[in-house]
This record gives sequence, C-alpha cells and structure tokens, in this order.
Amino acid sequence: MSARRRSVPESSPASRVEALDGLLREKNLLPEGFVDLVVYQVETEMSARNGAKVVARAWVDPAYRARLLTDGTAACAELGFHGPQGEYIVVLENTPSIHNAIVCTQCSCTAWPVLGLPPDWYKSPEYRARVVREPRAIFREMV
Amino acid sequence: MDGIHDLGGLSGFGAVDVESGEPTFHERWEAIAFAFNILGISVLRAYNVDEYRHAVERMEPRHYLAASYYERVLTGVATLLVEKGMITRGELNARLGGEFPLSHAVAAGSGGKSTARGPARFAVGAAVTVRNIRPSGHTRVPRYVRGKRGTVVHVAPPFPFPDAMAHGGGRRDEHTYHVRFEANELWPSDPAANDVGSSEAVIVDLWESYLEAAV
Repeated sequence: MSARRRSVPESSPASRVEALDGLLREKNLLPEGFVDLVVYQVETEMSARNGAKVVARAWVDPAYRARLLTDGTAACAELGFHGPQGEYIVVLENTPSIHNAIVCTQCSCTAWPVLGLPPDWYKSPEYRARVVREPRAIFREMV
Repeated sequence: MDGIHDLGGLSGFGAVDVESGEPTFHERWEAIAFAFNILGISVLRAYNVDEYRHAVERMEPRHYLAASYYERVLTGVATLLVEKGMITRGELNARLGGEFPLSHAVAAGSGGKSTARGPARFAVGAAVTVRNIRPSGHTRVPRYVRGKRGTVVHVAPPFPFPDAMAHGGGRRDEHTYHVRFEANELWPSDPAANDVGSSEAVIVDLWESYLEAAV
C-alpha cells in the first residue's frame, strides 16, 4: 500500500457511513428509528441554551449561584440538566481579571448536558493545539 | 500512545475557523456516524468509551489530521465493530466497493495498570509532579504535562482508570485531580505563552496513577 493511498481515503465519509449503515441493517444490529431518536435527543435535550439558563438563574438567584459554584453537578441537575458526559461538572467564574476556557486537547470531550455537542472550532486541531499555549492570542482572534 | 491526537501545545497551526449559528450536524451522515457510536457503546455494548477514544487515536496519522471530527468518529466505530467481530473488514469493503479505511491495530503489550489504592492520596494545595510515562496504549495524560510540576486545586470523585479500561483491563476507579500548571512551567521559553505578566495557567484533570508527590 503506498503512502499516498493511505494518507487520505478515496471514498467520501458519506459513502462509508452508507456502507456501514447497510451492513448493520443486514445484520439486524440497528434498531428501527435509532438514529432519529439519538438526533432528536442531542438536538433538543443537549444544548448550550441549557448552560445559558444555568448562568441566567445564577445572575438573579444568589443562593443558586452559591450552590452552582460549590457543586456544579447538583446545581445543573436541579434544572434538569444531567446525563452522559455530564457526570461531574465543575463551574468556574470569570472575573474582570480571569478568563476561563475549556478544551479537550486529546479528543473533544465537553459537558454535553449544559453545552451541547461542541461546535467544529472546539474540535479543530487549531484550537486543541493552541489554546493551552497561547490563550490570549487565540481569544483575540476569535472575538 | 504518543499519538497524533495528543495535540496540546503543538506549534504551527493556524487560525481557528469559527462559524456563527453553527448547526449540531452539518450533514446527515455526521448524525448517523454519531448515532452509530452511541449504538456501539450503549446498545450493542461492543466496546466502552475508552476503547472508542483509543480506536480514534490509532487512525493513520495523516488521515487523522485530514479528517473532520465525524469522519474520525466513523473510523473509530467501524474499526471497533470489526475488531469485536460484529462485522468484517471484507464485508465493509464489499459494501463500499473499495477499501474502507480503518485504524491501525492496538500495539502489542498495551494496557496500563492502576497503581492507586484507597482514599485520595493528594489534598488541595499538594505539590505534585506528573510521572514521565510513555505508554504504547491509551492514556489520558497529555505529553505537555509529563514531568511537569503543578498544584492540586480540586479533588474529584473516583472515575474508571482509562489506561486499563481501553484495553479490557477491568474497571478500577481512582480519584482524579484538577492540577494547575503555570504557563512558565509548561512553556518556559515561549514568549507567546508568557505574554502580559505570565499569568496564564492550565488546569488538567489527571488520574492519581499519573501523579507523584513533588520533591
């Protein structure tokens, strides 16, 4: 196998998904309606809007804000936001002199229940490589 | 493994491309690939999330960097379904009408062992050094913190040790620690990492087995 052939596949990922889809159906490994169920769940139940609701509640409810900073997992669950990739949530507060950012440099983990599935920029090699090393430069660019 | 996926701190990458109003999925195949991973983990129970991450890490490095996120998901899922015997490479190739790219095999002898026992060994404020381990298999200790000194800022509940979980090593939970590393410890001679008063820090979530008390 040549290096050229191994570097970038000739087939499109869409055609490969179609091939895998056909194979899973043929072997009865894919329950009917499963894909649509998953898509519905991630598009409606997991969203950055959930995290925005948490923050907005903390703005107007000092007791909730205190609980959120002490036990983020429990405070998010109070509003119904919990589940896969949200097993343990720590909430950090930005101040006039501290700006926090999250990154998963090795894959693209994030807290799905409160942030939703991450956008492409979060999953990009550029963000994952750079934000731990030159955060100020990357924030300036992204504004 | 010291793989292509371990991108933190690498130089040479350009600007981040931000799309405003981005949808959850841009194309239908992306949603299907994502759902197939949920299927493999939660419904078929063919593999766990640590095995999944390692399967993506094992992609041909040139393919890894060229692929979009959901293409990486697809490659990891297809690789594991083949490795776990649910489907075969030949069946995939026949359906596709060409070679379906899969990840490279797991390196021989891979799989880490948890060395943590009992209650949390480190408390908030403890000075720790990250062990300079170089495992051939899955690990969640990024290269850029190995051998570096940091301070524990938070003790998190026990969680399955991924270096073993990714290699069928059985579940052993150990504490993870949020360890703060100052920018000038991680990137001592890089002015871009130390501009405006060296006030930046990176906090990394690390399992107890990765750490030792700083001397």
